[in-house]
Amino acid sequence: MNNFYNKIKSDKRSAWVAFALLGIMLAAAPYLAAATGGPSWVRIIDFALLYIMLALGLNIVVGFAGLLDLGYIAFYAVGAYLYALLASPHFNIHLPFWALLPIGAAVAGLFGVLLGAPTLRLRGDYLAIVTLGFGEIIRIFLNNLNAPVNITNGPQGVNGIDPISLGSMSLAKANSLAGIAVPSLHQYYYLFLALTLLIIFTTLRLQDSRIGRAWVAIREDEVAAKSMGINTRNVKLLAFAMGASFGGVAGGLFAGFQGFVSPESFGLMESVMVLCMVVLGGMGHIPGVILGGILLATLPELLRYIIVPIQQYFFGKVIVDPESVRMLIFGLALIVVMLYRPAGLWPSPTRKRELVEEA
Amino acid sequence: MDIFLQQIVNGLVLGSVYALVALGYTMVYGIMGLINFAHGEVVMIGALVSITVMQIFFAGAPGLSPVLLVLGALVVAIPVCMAIGYTIERVAYRPLRHAPRLAPLITAIGVSIVLQNLAMMIWGRGYISFPAIFPSGSYDIFGARITAVQIAIVVMAVVIMVALLTLVNKTKMGRAMRATAENPSVAGLMGVNINAVISFTFIIGSALAAIAGMMVSANYGIAHYFMGFMLGLKAFTAAVLGGIGNLKGAVLGGLLLGLIESLGAGYIGQLTGGFLGSHYQDVFAFFVLILVLIFKPSGLIGERVSERA
Amino acid sequence: MKLRHTGLLIISALVLAACGKGEAPAPKADAPKVTPVAAQAGVIKIGLAAPLTGPQAHIGQDIKNGTQLAIDDANAANIEIGGVKLKFELLAEDDEANPKTATVVAQKLADAKVAGVVGHFNSGASIPASRIYSDAGIPQISPSSTSPTYTNQGYKTTFRLVANDSQQGPAIGNYVVKKLGAKKIAIIDDRTAYGQGLADEVEKTIKAAGGEVVKREFTTDKATDFTAILTTLKGLKPDVIMFGGIDPQAGPMAKQMKSLGINAKFIGGDGWQTPNFIKLAGDAAEGGLASVPGLPKDQMPGGKDFLARFKAKYNVEVELFAPFGYDAVNVFIDAMKRAGSTDPVKFLPEVGKTKINGIIGPIAFDDKGDIKDGPITIFAVKGGKWEPLEIVGGPAK
Repeated sequence: MNNFYNKIKSDKRSAWVAFALLGIMLAAAPYLAAATGGPSWVRIIDFALLYIMLALGLNIVVGFAGLLDLGYIAFYAVGAYLYALLASPHFNIHLPFWALLPIGAAVAGLFGVLLGAPTLRLRGDYLAIVTLGFGEIIRIFLNNLNAPVNITNGPQGVNGIDPISLGSMSLAKANSLAGIAVPSLHQYYYLFLALTLLIIFTTLRLQDSRIGRAWVAIREDEVAAKSMGINTRNVKLLAFAMGASFGGVAGGLFAGFQGFVSPESFGLMESVMVLCMVVLGGMGHIPGVILGGILLATLPELLRYIIVPIQQYFFGKVIVDPESVRMLIFGLALIVVMLYRPAGLWPSPTRKRELVEEA
Repeated sequence: MDIFLQQIVNGLVLGSVYALVALGYTMVYGIMGLINFAHGEVVMIGALVSITVMQIFFAGAPGLSPVLLVLGALVVAIPVCMAIGYTIERVAYRPLRHAPRLAPLITAIGVSIVLQNLAMMIWGRGYISFPAIFPSGSYDIFGARITAVQIAIVVMAVVIMVALLTLVNKTKMGRAMRATAENPSVAGLMGVNINAVISFTFIIGSALAAIAGMMVSANYGIAHYFMGFMLGLKAFTAAVLGGIGNLKGAVLGGLLLGLIESLGAGYIGQLTGGFLGSHYQDVFAFFVLILVLIFKPSGLIGERVSERA
Repeated sequence: MKLRHTGLLIISALVLAACGKGEAPAPKADAPKVTPVAAQAGVIKIGLAAPLTGPQAHIGQDIKNGTQLAIDDANAANIEIGGVKLKFELLAEDDEANPKTATVVAQKLADAKVAGVVGHFNSGASIPASRIYSDAGIPQISPSSTSPTYTNQGYKTTFRLVANDSQQGPAIGNYVVKKLGAKKIAIIDDRTAYGQGLADEVEKTIKAAGGEVVKREFTTDKATDFTAILTTLKGLKPDVIMFGGIDPQAGPMAKQMKSLGINAKFIGGDGWQTPNFIKLAGDAAEGGLASVPGLPKDQMPGGKDFLARFKAKYNVEVELFAPFGYDAVNVFIDAMKRAGSTDPVKFLPEVGKTKINGIIGPIAFDDKGDIKDGPITIFAVKGGKWEPLEIVGGPAK
């Protein structure tokens, strides 16, 4: 593995070939998935991409800057609701997708700063509970802001959201591209993939920049970082803002993809899931976080398909309900992985022992 | 006036419920600096086990006195929860004691999911009602009403707090616990068996969870495999509010949270001219928590631990 | 080097192969996407989507049990359509009451080529999923989603058996003001799409009928402690308290009303007209009122029999929506029989023309797919059991 890694690093040709292979695989993925598992797998992959974006955003806050955020899904909610309100019959505003995406990112980023500012002095578990509180507060407001003025339409949610369209090409319908028909789910896949790649690229660049090093410095020792002349306040706020804006982008895509948003989608369990992706994959390590996102987004769905056949294979009949076992196995998987790979499945090679308790 | 008094009573009862559960969180945190997110689920198991035991006794000997039924239920539920608590610590936390700090958090979430789904397989998906063994009437105190079970909850919260304080401050085991909390490595060098101390802490915390579970389900007459989640979340909030790791803080935080919630739900509408209503009850609780933590980051009477990241 | 090229070749071949497959459904893309489904071989799959894990799992399981019973009955009846003996199969999926999971599950059911879908439970899940069923041309009957939006989207595939909020709300509101003669009414809802939607409609009707809503209070679908809001209401001395929500809250709420000494009548919708409410509220359940669309089950042909067989098979009481799940399957089978086909393309128009007597009452749909205003029955708890009190006519919309 390492050999292969070094070869790609040193040999330009190998690198290009590897990239080309990866590109072809990514391009072919929805067709392969549709051919082997049916369109539902394309939909699962689409959601997995959204979760990867969320996980990468949270990784900036938790993985790079070391700030434990348990309310991250709030920014996803802000992005989703913003898209929903500005592109639906609810207010009869229909902004185009290209305008909505930056607005969503900016507003979510602003929320990140707003929620981050009061928590600057807090660390560790206290920060966790405060961010959890903020996440719940935002959800409760979304759920209740239908009176006295109807802003979010309350528990009923916002329906009839415009599907994402690029120029005149609506992603809700199949379009044909150079003679090849591309079904709706596949188009969403390519759009999500492009934005995921953009986010990966941004995070990679951030990681190696001065800001990225400042984040890591804060994570390792805030007092030392401060005394080295890092403006810890601004750098922390920037982490919150960047992480939140990725969440906002993912939220906007979610709203356009689903066509319907309601507060049920943004519960605490979603925040916990995204955090699990980051930690399970390998905090602060971008490939690890991506792996975590893919695994946790697909594992519960995969279990739907294999629990019944496995039981039939081993016992000849279905002994327990697949639904009861599914989440049980998921919980066990979380425990087992953490016991054997406490730094995550794919930890950053140089920083395996991050955030170790001082004891 | 009697309405206001009633709201105070409501808040105290609700607060005592939170306090009972929060004590378990704070015990573990005080010793290990670890949020045992699965504590709420142990409370849930305690509630379901004690209800099952009561139903069996109730069906077998309908004339049994409520006190005997409660004791019988606790005799079964406490050891069951102790065993679960011990197992959780052994399996999910001990191997990770020197791992990155977030690793035990993930295993705790995993344990919660596993316990919930196990309970769902054992007790089914339905809501289970607490057998009607207690008198349902309520006492009248200056116009405010309170039931026997509610009085018992308030008393239990205080009694358990006092008992725990005695345990921690007056016994040999307590000294070992304090030493472990201060610095585990040094405590180990001084001859304290750290593993035994931590196991003991979990066992005591889980026994509390069993009692809390029974009291909570007796008060609301209801138990369900999912009940631990919200309860645990609120209790954890209460523990942080009071200053996590501090036993008196857990009870203070619990009572305060209960009062904030019931007074908030009762009067927030009048205070904001009808703009905010009782649907913002949880917002109110979290808002106060955030304010407290911003101005006093270690909680109301917590020791200064916020530097420990 | 050689190896790498071979790899490239294989992958490009795979891509091409996959593209080839992808082309197949393409020509139909612009026409309403209707895939001819339901293999005529004799096995007909019916999909079920409901929360089978999480806090609402008990209701999801109830629907699943009811649906399964209908499937078993159909298989025992040896139904033949178009000369083929049919075997029905239930494909149950857990949507976790989560809108995202709901669409994944809907896609999975569409992929599995089910002939019809019973579900989802929550409006928040039914609405996003309905787009997928509509695209696939699969009829969807929700046993329980009450949000008017669900059938208002212009899809031809959406139906529901439960009265929506704007049908049931007026029945409760009018009963409270006109029959109970209440002057001061307090309304509580649980801030879910169901509870809030129903409570809003009740409030509208009460105001229109000349009643006074003294206070709107709120709780959540996870709460167990209602003492704070109930104490506030106690101070306002309402004649009636209406709760829009479901039994895990209504039970403890009734109990706490009693221990706080509130004497107001307690009324709600079908969400807590359940045996579970009586179990959870204990003796405080006595006198509780709830409206349920349809006729009392034991007055329906086959109703008593259904309750008995359900109990015998699953050893639990019917929770809430099991009869709706049962009837939904029978609506599908009836439509298939009339169309003489199990292909959704052929029998979908027949679903809209349904006219049968189900366990829940007479079933017919209006042009949106809502169940036609039927009778609504008010039940009351008497002697620890739900007894039908009065049948009120479906209100004119």
